[in-house]
Amino acid sequence: MKWILVFATLIAFEVCAKEAQPFAHDAVLEKHVLDLAQDLRCLVCQNESLADSHANLAIDLRAEMRDKIKAGMSDEEIVNFMVQRYGEFVRFKPALRVSTIALWFGPFILLVVGLVFLFVHLRQRAKKVVGVPLAENDTRRLAELLGADNERR
Amino acid sequence: MNKFLFPVVLFLILVVFLAIGLTRNPHEIPSPLVGKTAPSFNLPLLDDPNKRLAPTDLKGQIWLLNVWASWCTSCAEEHPLLLELSRSGKVPLYGMNYKDQRGAALDWLARQGNPYVATISDSDGRIGIEYGVYGVPETYLIDRLGVIRYKQIGPMTPQGLKDRILPLITELQQ
Repeated sequence: MKWILVFATLIAFEVCAKEAQPFAHDAVLEKHVLDLAQDLRCLVCQNESLADSHANLAIDLRAEMRDKIKAGMSDEEIVNFMVQRYGEFVRFKPALRVSTIALWFGPFILLVVGLVFLFVHLRQRAKKVVGVPLAENDTRRLAELLGADNERR
Repeated sequence: MNKFLFPVVLFLILVVFLAIGLTRNPHEIPSPLVGKTAPSFNLPLLDDPNKRLAPTDLKGQIWLLNVWASWCTSCAEEHPLLLELSRSGKVPLYGMNYKDQRGAALDWLARQGNPYVATISDSDGRIGIEYGVYGVPETYLIDRLGVIRYKQIGPMTPQGLKDRILPLITELQQ
C-alpha cells in the first residue's frame, strides 16, 4: 500500500513537470544571443528586453537571432533586421537620427535652459538686494549703536 | 499674482501633455513596413496544404491580409466585422493563420464563419516575423503593386474601418 502511494506521488510529479524550453547547447552562443537581446525591446511586454521576456514572440525572436548568429550575421545586421520589421522602438538605445534628436539632446537643452533661467533670475535678485540705501536717521542710529558697542568694549 | 501665474501655467502645460499621453495606445507602434513592399512568402493554404499562395499571385489587386489564430481572443471580437466586410465585397480579405494548429484553425473557421478568400498557414510564425507581427490580430492593406499601405494592430473597429481603411481603399482604386 505504502509503495503504491509513493509511486502515485512520483507519477503526479511527472505530470506536473513542464517541457523544458529549447536551449542552445552552446553556452557561448547563448551568451551572445542574450547580450544582443538585452538591448532590444520585447514588443509584447514593452518594458522587458527580449533577453528577459517569456512571451512566445520573444522566444521565437531569440531562436531567430540564434540562427542568424550561426549563419554568421554581425550584431549590427541582426539589430537592423529587427528595426526593419518592428521599427526604431525595439532599440533600447535609439540610433541618432533626425527623428531622435529631441530624445538624445532634449534633456541637455532643458538643463541649459534651466541654468540660464537660474542665472538670470539670480542676477536680477542680486540687483534688487543691492541698490537700497539706508535712510539718514537709520544711518545715524546705526553709527550710534556701533559706537555704543565700541565704547562698551 | 505674477508669482502664482508661472507655476499654474507650467502645471497646465504638464496636464495637456499628460492628457495627450492618455489618449495614445502604447501598443500601437507605427510599422516601418508601411510604404514598403510586402515581404514575400510562399505558404501552404490552410484548407489544402498542397496548394500554395504568394503575394505575387495577388499583384494587380488591392487586398487585406488579416493575421489571426484560433487561440487569439481578440480575433473572435473582430470576426463579425470581417464577415460583414467580406459580404460587402469592397475588398478581398486573405487570412494568415499564425502559429496555430491546423485542426483548431479549421474548426474555428467552421464555427465562426469564414470571411477569407483564402487562408495561408504560417505555423511556425516565421513569416509573421517578416511582417513584424507582435500582437494578433493584425491587418495589412496591400496595394496593386504589392506595397503595404496601412497596418492595423489589434482588432479592427467599425469606426477605424469606416474612417481610415475604406477611404484609403477608395483612394487607391482611383
